[in-house]
Formats: sequence, C-alpha cells, structure tokens
Amino acid sequence: MVNMRAIEIAVGAFVVVGVIALAQLAFQVSGLTLSNNRPTYELVAYFDNVSGLTNRARVQMSGVVVGNVREIIYDPVAYRARVTMDVYRDSGELSIDSSASIQTAGLLGEKYISLATGGEDEVLKDGGVIQDTQSSLVLEELIGKLLTSLTSDSDKETN
Amino acid sequence: MLQSLGNYLQRIGAKTFTFLQSLGQSAIFLSQVLIAVPNVRRGYPLLVKQMYNLGIMSLVIIAVSGAFIGMVLALQGYSVLVRFGAVDALGQLVSLSLVRELGPVVTALLFAGRAGSAVTAEIGLMKATEQLSSLEMIGVDPLRQVVSPRLWAGFYSMPILAMIFNVVAIYGAVGIGVGVLGVYEGSFWSNMQNSVDFQQDIVNGIIKSIVFGLLVIWIAVYQGYAAEPTSEGISKATTKTVVISSLVILGFDFILTAIMFGAF
Repeated sequence: MVNMRAIEIAVGAFVVVGVIALAQLAFQVSGLTLSNNRPTYELVAYFDNVSGLTNRARVQMSGVVVGNVREIIYDPVAYRARVTMDVYRDSGELSIDSSASIQTAGLLGEKYISLATGGEDEVLKDGGVIQDTQSSLVLEELIGKLLTSLTSDSDKETN
Repeated sequence: MLQSLGNYLQRIGAKTFTFLQSLGQSAIFLSQVLIAVPNVRRGYPLLVKQMYNLGIMSLVIIAVSGAFIGMVLALQGYSVLVRFGAVDALGQLVSLSLVRELGPVVTALLFAGRAGSAVTAEIGLMKATEQLSSLEMIGVDPLRQVVSPRLWAGFYSMPILAMIFNVVAIYGAVGIGVGVLGVYEGSFWSNMQNSVDFQQDIVNGIIKSIVFGLLVIWIAVYQGYAAEPTSEGISKATTKTVVISSLVILGFDFILTAIMFGAF
C-alpha cells in the first residue's frame, strides 16, 4: 500500500501549483492590477462617427492613459453617437472647452480617445459634456475626398 | 426493395431509442452519484487518492503537451506575422489562442484519453470481476466508495490541469518566440497584457474547463458502470469513453464559444 501521507502531500502540491498557475495567468498574462479602484468621474462626448471605437478603449491625455470608455450608444435625439467615459479624478480637471478626438494607435492599432484641455476657467464636472469633438477617420471617406480634390484640381488646370 | 428500406429505417429508429435510453440512464446515474455524497471523514482519503490518480498522473502528459503546443504556436504565429511586420503581436496571438480555446479543449481531450479511459477501465473491471456487487453485499454503497470520489476528483483536477497547461504553453512560446526567434520581450508581454482580459478571457476559459471536466468524468464513470462485464465489453467501453468525450468536448466548445465570444 503506497504511503498515504506522500500521496496527500503530492495532491496538496498539485492544488498549490494550480493556484500559482491561476495567479500567473491573472497577473502576468492578463495584466490584472490589484490597485484598479482609482476614483473616476464621468464625462460624455457626442461624435458624428465612432466606427472602430470599442468599450473599454483607452482615454488618453498627452499619450498617458487617464481613463477608459464605458459605454457607446446611438442617441436618437441628437442623431449622433454618445460616448460615456470614466476618467480618473487624479488626472486633473478639464475645462469646459476641452476637445475629444478619436485616434488610432499604430497601424493595426485600436482606436482610442484623446482629450486635450482648453483655456476656459470653468471646469467639467461629473457627467459633463465635451462639446468640441472630432470623429474617427474612415478610410473610404478619406479616399473619396482625395479623389474629389484630385479630379477638381485637374478640372481647374484644363479650364 | 421497400422491405429493405423499411428494415433500414427500423434499425435507425431502434438505434435512436437505444441512444436516448442510454442518455437517460446516464443522467439518472449522475443524479444518483451526486446525491451519494460521501461521508467527509471516510470519503476524503478516497478523494485524495483519486485526485492523485487522475490529476497528478496526468500532469506529465499535460505539461509536455503544453510546452510543445506553446512552442508550435510561437513558430507558426511568427512565420505569418513576420510578413506583416507585426511580430510584436505574437504574445497576444499565442495567449489568446491558448487561454480561450486550446487550453481547455486540448487539456480536456488529453484528460479524456488518459484519465477518462483509465477510470472507465477501472470501474468496468470492478464490475466484471463482481467487486461492485461484493461491495453492495457487505453494505458499502459502491457509488459512494468507488464512483463518487472519481467523479469529484475529475471535476476538481480538470481546471487545475487546464491552467497549468496554459502557463506551461505560454512560457514555451516565450522560450521560442523571445529566445530563438528574437521577438522583443517587452512588447511580447505588454501586448499580451493589454489584450487578454481577465474576466472575458481567462475566467471564460476556466468556466470552459470546468464544464469539460464534468462532462468527461461523467461519461467516463458512466461508461465504466454500464459496460458489459466481459473483456470485450470493457475495451468497447473504454473506446466509447474517449470517442464520446472528444465529440462532446468539441460540441460544447462550439456552444460555449458562441455564447461567450460570439454575437449571441
């Protein structure tokens, strides 16, 4: 009969290794951080076109992550897309004439929202709306604009 | 002509009935085993012994397969990504494939092959050599003594094995990707951490491995219990365990993936 104690130790070690593997997966592979509970406040922005932007996309100011996108819905009253963001309180305050634009991170990259503060004294509060927004670039529209400007230029030259 | 068509349809109907019957029997069997919760003090050593047999003895095959699969993923991923100049995405390619799909599924298939067939053979042999009926005669419930520890041991071991598989495979991929192929280590890990979400990917992978574990060990235990008490019957039952487990794993993988990651 095999030693029972040795078997129990082996099974205990097995479970411990499993827990360590789970911790590895959690922290090393998925980058879970324990200090994830920084207080945030909510900001809203309306865009004409948010294609490519997803939930939990990053919100950055000067390239530093200051929050993420919580919700993207279509507002049938304003006929625009309404994006709700959670911004960390410790990243400072934004003036009411701040701007938000949707940019791309890298070539295959994801869309993120870039915020830039304005010059007014009054600041945005929790639930404030950012007025100055710039939609994401849609490749087809860009090509369309380029073609139109090229053909209109060649029209002007021949005339 | 019509006669043979009628015979053919009759055979299909009979087979369907047999299939449904065995499905029902296995469900009743599962409920009986789950109700027969063993006495904690007496059942605990049995559970530990079974976890050793099912979990630890499978560790070698799981770890070695994990290492090789991770390394192969790194090689294949690199060969495609290098054409787009996107080798920095190797980390997220490997980790997402493993954590979402390959980890739970391959671990479950290997588990079915190694531990599932062993359990089926064990229980089938106990039935064939009248050990189960002898236990009943001396007043020991064979479900509590023999079947239930194996069921719970399989249920607990599967997620642990899947997680170990994932970790070993990822480190195998790191070894090949960073060590041999020259992917920059910093971007390997940071892209991985940015794209793997704990709740969406890792927890879903663990849920999958739990579901697969339950299915595999249920099939293994039932096939052993319902095997014909002959040597041919046991060998058929072992084969059935592996085949049915594999099909069920892949089928449920599709369903779970569609629910978790699909547009449902």
